[in-house]
Amino acid sequence: MTIRVSLVAAGAALALLAVIFELIRSRRLQERYALLWLLTGVVILVLALWRGALSTLSDAVGIHYPPSALFVVGSAFILVVLLHYSTVISELSERNTTLAQRLALLEKRLEEEGLQETSSR
Amino acid sequence: MSESLVGEREAAPSRARASLRLAAIMPALNEAEQIASVIAELRLVDPSVTVIVVDDGSIDATAAEARRAGAEVIRLPYNLGIGGAVQTGYQYALEHGFDIAFQLDGDGQHDPRQLDKIVEPVARGEADVAIGSRFLGLAEYKIPRGRRVAMAMFARLVSLIVRQPLSDTSSSFRAVNRRAMKLFAREYPHGYLETVEATVMASKYGLRLVEVPVTMRERMFGRSSLTVPRASFYAFKVVVAVFISLFRRVDVKLEEEDT
Repeated sequence: MTIRVSLVAAGAALALLAVIFELIRSRRLQERYALLWLLTGVVILVLALWRGALSTLSDAVGIHYPPSALFVVGSAFILVVLLHYSTVISELSERNTTLAQRLALLEKRLEEEGLQETSSR
Repeated sequence: MSESLVGEREAAPSRARASLRLAAIMPALNEAEQIASVIAELRLVDPSVTVIVVDDGSIDATAAEARRAGAEVIRLPYNLGIGGAVQTGYQYALEHGFDIAFQLDGDGQHDPRQLDKIVEPVARGEADVAIGSRFLGLAEYKIPRGRRVAMAMFARLVSLIVRQPLSDTSSSFRAVNRRAMKLFAREYPHGYLETVEATVMASKYGLRLVEVPVTMRERMFGRSSLTVPRASFYAFKVVVAVFISLFRRVDVKLEEEDT
């Protein structure tokens, strides 16, 4: 693996980390959702710079070209992040449904009580 | 909840439902044209039934028309889909202490004069969920072939899973007691064809299902909102959902006293 690939990968990882950091700082991203992204950036950064670890890893899983291993690791993290978001979306839409239903039922009750009041006067 | 269950069983004889409070759940989406007449027909058959119309985000006068016809109208703030709307109806019925709730489509397909057929088994305490089936009787239905095949497939699949022969799992003309109401108020499938999943779910929670023959009418108003690609998507979704539901964690406790 050439030095150049390592440097480019490290640079990309650093850029990712910087963007995430900025998003958290400006409160556009909650820390709990940023953790996986931070982990992704850190792992890629470490593997890009610590070339011994990357070679060991690619040898272990039978990848002949170490930068591919970097790619695979990156993809795996992205997959995990996406799956995590799917669960978050599911939960949100579930809660959204519940909220809409509770709101509708409360409005109905309010309406009923309003009617009772006017009729008792 | 348990008292009402016992109460239902003790009020055994036929027309047991005379003393029971019934709620009709009608999910509605842009049905201003006909909703009033469907409600009127139901009230003509049984004026004691409380009609709950769940307006699933209509942009026409559905809610006003339903109110004018004497229904209790719950308006969802935005469209949740048929499953979410029906569930809201069950939540309302459960909260307001109704003994039996039944679903009635707003398109005139379900004939309110056949109400007793689905209500009786539940009123007599013989079943928790009574499903009105088009295919147990003698009547023939003009159903497009694709849909017929899909319906037969669902029926076979669900029968296999619930270990009980069911012929019409996509029928939404069904009556439930408080036990089933409680389950459906907490958990109900989303999207179209939700009745198929709901049936499997009910069985999984140990509810007793029964199918009774009913005749249904041609849809009096409007058209099915299902187009072929959409129907295929939902059919696929239901098969997957039914399969997964076999392994899903059970997390609603029906025995527990709530409120």
